[in-house]
Amino acid sequence: MLLIRCPYCELELPELEFAYAGEAHIARPADPAGLSDEEWRDFLFIRSNPKGVHFERWRHVNGCARFFNAVRETVGDKFLATYRAGEPRPDVATLKGDAK
Amino acid sequence: MTIATPSGVTVAELPPTTRISLRIADPAAAGLALPTAIGARSAEGARTALCLGPDEWLIEAPEADRAAVLATVAGIAAPHSAVEVSDREITYALEGPAVLDLLATGCPRDLARMPVGSGARTVFDTAQVVLTRETQVRFHLTVWRSFAPHVRALLDIAGRELAADLDRNWLHG
Repeated sequence: MLLIRCPYCELELPELEFAYAGEAHIARPADPAGLSDEEWRDFLFIRSNPKGVHFERWRHVNGCARFFNAVRETVGDKFLATYRAGEPRPDVATLKGDAK
Repeated sequence: MTIATPSGVTVAELPPTTRISLRIADPAAAGLALPTAIGARSAEGARTALCLGPDEWLIEAPEADRAAVLATVAGIAAPHSAVEVSDREITYALEGPAVLDLLATGCPRDLARMPVGSGARTVFDTAQVVLTRETQVRFHLTVWRSFAPHVRALLDIAGRELAADLDRNWLHG
């Protein structure tokens, strides 16, 4: 089982306490009414789905219940870092995978 | 109702108690002695406050103190939410030398590392529970009422398996 470090609890906890919540850093458009149908579709549904480093949201639903962000390497399913919601993306080059 | 499982772990349903779910952004504004580290629990007489999240606490008190506790949280001036959830949950007391093995049958968290006097919200076989560690060998498990028969049945089955020593193969390899 994966151990995931919750940045609020500051503990490494089992994956079963967490829920995946999609790609991170997707900002809601400030003026949705001004978007074309294609732009709105892209905001709602189009995701990057990379092979490799992925920035994604998780929720510690069976714990402190907070949403937070994680950097996960999707090939090896290895967490490179987790950080609180609202914080900027960490620099991938400096991450060593200490969040398991 | 108390059932002593043959393994020596007792599972007892505790009498009803007063429970408040308190959400507030600034715990200092509550006027209560609220711990701020997630998992920490403070006690004030018979009243306890367990920090479940950055802005969430579970306050427990004896039923006799219900009116006083409700008046206290109602008097908080800062924006907050305080919901009485006394009847939502049932608390089981699990006690015995094999209590960690019993809980490990359903809870993925490493409970041996949980300090005495602290607690956490976690999961027991897909049912969300709040666990507090009262002593080295005593835990309180608080679960939503509708999930309680499921959790209780699993605890009873696991207790019998521990007693029959069937656990050695699959718990400890």
